[in-house]
Amino acid sequence: MADPNLPFSRRIFLQQGVTLASLVSTIPWFLQHSALGVLSQQSTRTGSTPGVPEDRVLVVVQLGGGNDGLNTIVPYGDDAYYRARPTLAIASPERAGSSPVLIADAGAGLGLHPNLGGLKALLDDGRLSIVQGVGYPNPNRSHFASMDIWQTARTDAKGAGWIGRYVDCTCSGTPDPEGVISIGRTAPLALVGERSTPVSFENAQLFRWMGADVDPALEPTYEQMTRAGEIDGVAPGSQQAFLMRTALDAQLSSDRIRDALRGSPLVRYPTTTLARQMQAIGAMIRAGMRTRVYYASIGGFDTHAGQANAHGQRLREVGDALKAFQDDLVAQGNDTRVLTMVFSEFGRRVRQNASGGTDHGTAAPMFLIGPMVKAGVVGTHPSLTDLDSGDLKFTTDFRSVYASVLDDWMRAPAGKVLGGSYPKAKVLRS
Amino acid sequence: MPDPSLAPIPRERWGRAAASHLLVRAGFGGTPEQVDALAAMRPADAVDCLIEYEGIATDPTPDDLFDATIRRPLSDDERATLARARRDGDEGVLERFQRERTTRDMQDRDQLVSMRQWWLKRMIETGRPLEEKMTLFWHGHFATGWRTVEDSYHMYLQNRMMRTHATGDFADLAYRIIRDPAMLRYLDNNRSRRGQPNENLARELMELFVLGEGRGYTERDIKEAARALTGFTFEDDSFVFDGRAHDDGRKSILGKDGPFDGDDLVKILLSRPECSEFICGKLHRFFVDDGPAAPDPDARVAVTRLAELMRRERYRLKPVLRTLFLSRHFHDPAYRGSVVKSPVQLVVQTIRQLGTPPRELATLSSALELMGQSLFQPPSVKGWDGGRAWINTSTLFIRQNTAVYLLTGRLPESGMWATDPSPWADGPLGRAVAARAREGSTDAAADAALELCLSVDPVPARREQFRAFVRALGGPLAGERLIRALCMATALPEYQLC
Repeated sequence: MADPNLPFSRRIFLQQGVTLASLVSTIPWFLQHSALGVLSQQSTRTGSTPGVPEDRVLVVVQLGGGNDGLNTIVPYGDDAYYRARPTLAIASPERAGSSPVLIADAGAGLGLHPNLGGLKALLDDGRLSIVQGVGYPNPNRSHFASMDIWQTARTDAKGAGWIGRYVDCTCSGTPDPEGVISIGRTAPLALVGERSTPVSFENAQLFRWMGADVDPALEPTYEQMTRAGEIDGVAPGSQQAFLMRTALDAQLSSDRIRDALRGSPLVRYPTTTLARQMQAIGAMIRAGMRTRVYYASIGGFDTHAGQANAHGQRLREVGDALKAFQDDLVAQGNDTRVLTMVFSEFGRRVRQNASGGTDHGTAAPMFLIGPMVKAGVVGTHPSLTDLDSGDLKFTTDFRSVYASVLDDWMRAPAGKVLGGSYPKAKVLRS
Repeated sequence: MPDPSLAPIPRERWGRAAASHLLVRAGFGGTPEQVDALAAMRPADAVDCLIEYEGIATDPTPDDLFDATIRRPLSDDERATLARARRDGDEGVLERFQRERTTRDMQDRDQLVSMRQWWLKRMIETGRPLEEKMTLFWHGHFATGWRTVEDSYHMYLQNRMMRTHATGDFADLAYRIIRDPAMLRYLDNNRSRRGQPNENLARELMELFVLGEGRGYTERDIKEAARALTGFTFEDDSFVFDGRAHDDGRKSILGKDGPFDGDDLVKILLSRPECSEFICGKLHRFFVDDGPAAPDPDARVAVTRLAELMRRERYRLKPVLRTLFLSRHFHDPAYRGSVVKSPVQLVVQTIRQLGTPPRELATLSSALELMGQSLFQPPSVKGWDGGRAWINTSTLFIRQNTAVYLLTGRLPESGMWATDPSPWADGPLGRAVAARAREGSTDAAADAALELCLSVDPVPARREQFRAFVRALGGPLAGERLIRALCMATALPEYQLC
């Protein structure tokens, strides 16, 4: 990997060799293969140059449970929609009284759910791309199987996560401990590579060892043991090796992240779960951390029953949080280097069910947000009458979106990361 | 390569290490004295100590321990009053009902909090560790979450059912789970009706509960199975079969045709060989090896043999568990430290093995949540992934800090110190360290402390680090010095394995 545009390239390693030497002398147990971890700790202090690829950031937002795409991007111009959704349909703009859709593309008869005012503002500002009918062949309607497919970018759902593979592919040596950060209790599969593991936390204040509070004299030994990483004699790939590596990563990440989250944001965020996650991501971007990918997620989209209220609330949370995040990035002057991508594991069945909800379906829209996206509605909306056993037929493979994000935004070898070649979806401005 | 044989471990390989391995995996570990007691028995007797637990007394749970009435449905009178108030727009009455509901919501949440602590306490104190461990296994297997069920008492009834049948008979559990109010509500089967079947329970029965994902069934089988399950619902706290909601037409499931109902469906699923293989695979992952490459080819052989045994035993669990726990396979040294401690295992084992005070159950319960294992609230119907999924850079800190809390009473956030009325560190653990370091060497004491804490044999470099640390403590490894050494030992990455 000699490409100077890639992160964690040899070039960076050599430039900072001097720093490494001085650190090694204070950390006797420090071993060579964790060298880059310490290097990156230093480099967070260095300024970043906006516009160059190694500065580019991807933020992934996962809507867990299967978001009802048809009530998110509403085909209000299609009578079939109103026939299939007698009580759940969102009113068309002409219907006075009830809250109608927000028009996204009048010509195509497409609108946003009325609670998505945040996204509507981004759309009008040329910062929102709506990719229609995203899915994959032979759709799996199990949450877990389909989520694994999206996260591994493989229809057999085997192996490492696609972002994990991206990190594996683009770094030489040990991955940056904070190359990828997930906010939440557990790290999603998408972020777990063969060699790279993400940082993941829910509360940054508990992100350190408290043993040194018992007796400060314990600290040096603790540091020595955790910074040792995988020590000699431990079988590579074993449970022990995995834990030793994770302990090292944890130690290195702790200070930087707690530092980054101390300040208050430049804009006002809502107080919802997703908004808190986006606020933390905004703070870490502002602090100039080297993280290339951030991951946020909310659940609650599995609306089998009584969908109308619950889904509306979730959408409001999503739209408002993403709008505040974009405003924050603009205020920071970082919006041009951050691309946000929103997905769910599947959409829902076209016809509503008897419990006032919708069952697991197939294709659904994805969102890409930022000034670099090709704004507006992208791709073809699936037909509501030409169905596959009651479900939409996808018109864009999700890996075409990934390919575009990897290749055009992250400047990573999409074919290698995805293990196959997919035509790039036209989601970014050329 | 691990030994795939299910033949019993020979007597000459039985000893302290094997007994400790058994006690940790089939339970939550124990004090040095308990390990020595098991090591002194014949292997088969030691295994029976854990499996044949019915003779061991437990605290009976009084019938009124938890309130069954928090979520009781409205009476006919109340329903009529409410309907009248809605019709007449009687705001006062409507508000009273609303307040009542909010109160009940709070009571139910509070009751769930007590239930979490009650179960955790039970695991810490029980004389039947395998009973609790298998109850935890079934909770993760037939995963059901309170937030969806919205009835803590139903969660309790399910927990009691799983405990009663923890080591009984898998077929029995499968028939009971499709009658379990919490599960029926969790997977929406109470809303499934003839003509409008809800596929949720049918899908998970095949994918997650009985056959395993992708094992020989199709989407069509799921749709048909959903029809069979229509009418399986509950009223108040009990299962009822609603004949009006049931679809009694013919169904075609996994190549069989008939006017099947839920019981027929379970029977069809249990007749498939995939079932025993799936369940034995999960037991193997839970008890033997949860690494990412598990099961390796030799372990797969062992799982296949175990599945054959399960079929011969018609899904009775005790013979399967007994064979596994006694086997050369289970005791292969390659499996020392091959399982990542679940958060529950971490907490309960630290208390039972090191002998720390249990501290505050409320604190431990929230620590479990932060470590990713809220009892009665698994992340999804898939249960907890387990293995390496427990560990990330943040849960690792919380795990280490929870151990510091148990050892010292120090709460991470408040900086408060507990005053320990009795110097617990000089109890069984301290005595064992002292006994094993009789020759007076500090290094021997350090080695003893490591051995009593870790399931793996630490690599030489690690052992040397730890010995140097203990030497620097400057004095016999007892009292406060021992607690400091344990803080360090429990912060080792190796401590997360069992």
